[in-house]
Amino acid sequence: MLVLSVTAGIFLVVGGLLLYVVIRYRHRAGDANAHQEPPQIYGSTQIELSWTVIPILIVVMLFLATTRVILSTQNAPKPADSLDVTVIGHQFWWEYRYPKLGIVAANELHIPVSDPKHPTPTYLSMSSADTDHSFWIPRLAGKTDLIPNRVNTMWIDPQAPGLYLGQCAQYCGTQHAKMLLRVYADTPEQFAAWVAHQQQPAVEDPSASKGRDVFQHNACISCHTVAGTVATGRFGPDLTHLASRDTIASGAVPNSAANVRAFVDNPANFKPGALMPAMHLSQKDLDAVTAYLMTLK
Amino acid sequence: MATQAPATASLPETAPRRLVLEVLHDWVTTVDHKKIGLMYIGYALIFLVVGGFEALLIRVQLAVPNNHFVSPQVFNQLFTMHGTTMVFFVGMPILFGFGNYLIPLMIGARDMAFPRLNAFSFWISAFGGLLLYFSYLGASGLYGAGGAPDVGWWAYAPLTMRAFSHGHSTDYWTLAILLSGIGTIGTSANIVATVISMRCPGMKLSRMPLLAWIYLVMSGLVFVTISPLTAAQIMLMLDRYVGSHFFDTQAGGSAVLWMHFFWIFGHPEVYVLVLPAFAFANEIIPVFSRKAVFGYPAMVAASVGIGFISLSVWAHHMFTIGMTAGGNTFFVLSTMTISVPTGIKIFNWLATLWGGKIHFTSSMMFAIAFLFQFLIAGLTGIMLAVAPFDWQLSGSYFIVAHFHYVLVGAIIFMIFSAFYYWFPKMSGRMLSEKLGKWHFWLFLIGFHLTFDFMHIPGILGMPRRIYTYEADRGWMLLNMIVSSGAIFQAVATLLFVYNMVWSYFKGPIAGPDPWDAWTLEWSTTSPPPDYNFAVIPTVESRRPLWDIKHPDDPDSLYDE
Repeated sequence: MLVLSVTAGIFLVVGGLLLYVVIRYRHRAGDANAHQEPPQIYGSTQIELSWTVIPILIVVMLFLATTRVILSTQNAPKPADSLDVTVIGHQFWWEYRYPKLGIVAANELHIPVSDPKHPTPTYLSMSSADTDHSFWIPRLAGKTDLIPNRVNTMWIDPQAPGLYLGQCAQYCGTQHAKMLLRVYADTPEQFAAWVAHQQQPAVEDPSASKGRDVFQHNACISCHTVAGTVATGRFGPDLTHLASRDTIASGAVPNSAANVRAFVDNPANFKPGALMPAMHLSQKDLDAVTAYLMTLK
Repeated sequence: MATQAPATASLPETAPRRLVLEVLHDWVTTVDHKKIGLMYIGYALIFLVVGGFEALLIRVQLAVPNNHFVSPQVFNQLFTMHGTTMVFFVGMPILFGFGNYLIPLMIGARDMAFPRLNAFSFWISAFGGLLLYFSYLGASGLYGAGGAPDVGWWAYAPLTMRAFSHGHSTDYWTLAILLSGIGTIGTSANIVATVISMRCPGMKLSRMPLLAWIYLVMSGLVFVTISPLTAAQIMLMLDRYVGSHFFDTQAGGSAVLWMHFFWIFGHPEVYVLVLPAFAFANEIIPVFSRKAVFGYPAMVAASVGIGFISLSVWAHHMFTIGMTAGGNTFFVLSTMTISVPTGIKIFNWLATLWGGKIHFTSSMMFAIAFLFQFLIAGLTGIMLAVAPFDWQLSGSYFIVAHFHYVLVGAIIFMIFSAFYYWFPKMSGRMLSEKLGKWHFWLFLIGFHLTFDFMHIPGILGMPRRIYTYEADRGWMLLNMIVSSGAIFQAVATLLFVYNMVWSYFKGPIAGPDPWDAWTLEWSTTSPPPDYNFAVIPTVESRRPLWDIKHPDDPDSLYDE
């Protein structure tokens, strides 16, 4: 706010001066001495000194105010009740690990809403599995880059429950545009229920056993994990609770059987350039796999 | 003075009309600083149209959400090529072109210090540009996309590693930058040597036109900044071809190392580009205010100050990479400090206008718009220097709007201004003022439609370099307005090109000094002869032609 008012003030003063000068001192053809050169002035030490010193004072003021905010943000003490989440950026999706809760999730981050009287901020420690990414939820915090071989930290402290949208803010490759972020700030009860559900292994629905066979006998399991089964790949998103999510493909499309089917058939249907290959399954197998995936509540 | 201008409508033919091949041979083998300058300018103008066309395609794609006008791969190539082209193959050559053409004329010399180096530098830079565009034929990019580089103009590691960038598009990019860098360093060495040792008798450093001073600072800056860029390109090539691991994070390399190398080049580069714009303003604003520039020593000091401070600000591009609080604080301070010398410049220009008689030629109108827009660009710059503000807006469309305010609102406007001012000297004919006013107003409207409104999606959370966005984010109307401004700018630019072509053949004869100006380039014919001056001039003040025109009140009286 201080910055805005200072810069707006400078803009009004200097912009106004420019406008005044341009109108006041324009060349008028009709003037009696139109052909005479105006008086030549080469400079003035006092005036120049004043417009050097005043900006220096403004800079000092802004600098001190900025330093205060930087220190209060970066050196903020970490409360005991904070939640730790490890964020790993992948080409073109997000992996979330809750080390103390034993949860691995993808693309949709669930965190508890924070009560100002009893804050429960979430501390994110972030890195990347491949190229640079950046975590940016404009309404929650500034952005922090995810850089391979480096762990960055940031914290968020949402005060109102709800869904906060954002997206990757560092160009990371072909599908940078569809590496969307969804942060759900849950009430304490919702969050506890979500945690309990996510800690369960995958639902074993016998009616989808055919689809599970297709899944487990194709390359799917090299990249994806479904907890409690032979699928332990780590290259792609964890699918243990896929059907509990609102969206697929890192927020690119809503989570529905039709969209899942189209994505498995060929990811380029929604995200050309995504690293998952087109699976070339038969229509029958596609239906079976889709049915299986939709049981993974 | 008017004796040089013939009465007929055509310029004097010094020689009978030559064959095309002879003309071509003359230009290809020339070492004349004026011809090389013009080739730099012509080459940059071609790339300006190419890079502008790329921008236009980008804006068509982003005009509406979920657009399929171009594929994501093509879009990523477009913004990479647009940025690379505009910085390395438009900005640098056009400013070097003007410098090449004007510096010897303004300091009363017959050529640059090293004419052959000059030709070498131009041709190697030109080759770099052609190589970059040859990638459309000779390389295949990310995800088998084929064609141009798609890693962004700052090409962050590790996206440029072979694991993520297959094919050869990144190699073409690296080589193109490397070659253009060699040419840039050559020309800068040439400018430094020329300004230091080729001045005419009486032209002390303190009497030198501000343009020459600023090009001296800019060239010094080039030495310090292009070298790390060149080093980084070589390291990148080593990573890609001989298995070194400078930036290869999968083998323990560092992504942040590339960022430091790139931005220790990248931020001073902004000043390498904007200082010549200041240089033009220092020549043009006084002449059309009919007053000497206010505070010459302060202007020199501010330019040198900007040169030095700009070397200490690079990591403000990296506030989001997780630097320590101490590191962030240092770069906040250095970045804010640079606003002091730039502020001095703006105030001195205002003081030059103050009490003058302002002539609103097309050139002056572009210069006044430059002042206004540079003011705004500087203020959004101060906002972004505030690291917590930058955490929010870094990498968003707010940044894109901010730096286009500098690159287009300040630099391109001042380049247009310079064209209207010096085209008569270069061609011997005036540009059409009527078309010039059309060009100015259309471009001004287009500029503000595009770049004023571009700030807002950034504040609303729209990151840069996305090929599309979701319809539910509410960014569509703003993007539509931004895109519509691009059309105005494109039309205005075409009008300008048409104006140059038309005026070259049909424009009114300029004569040696159409603006009643005061620096030495206006004391010779338009266009100047090969040898520039029949007799090397001797000067006694900063404004030699003022002294001649006002023998009753010459500047030399006040020159201590």
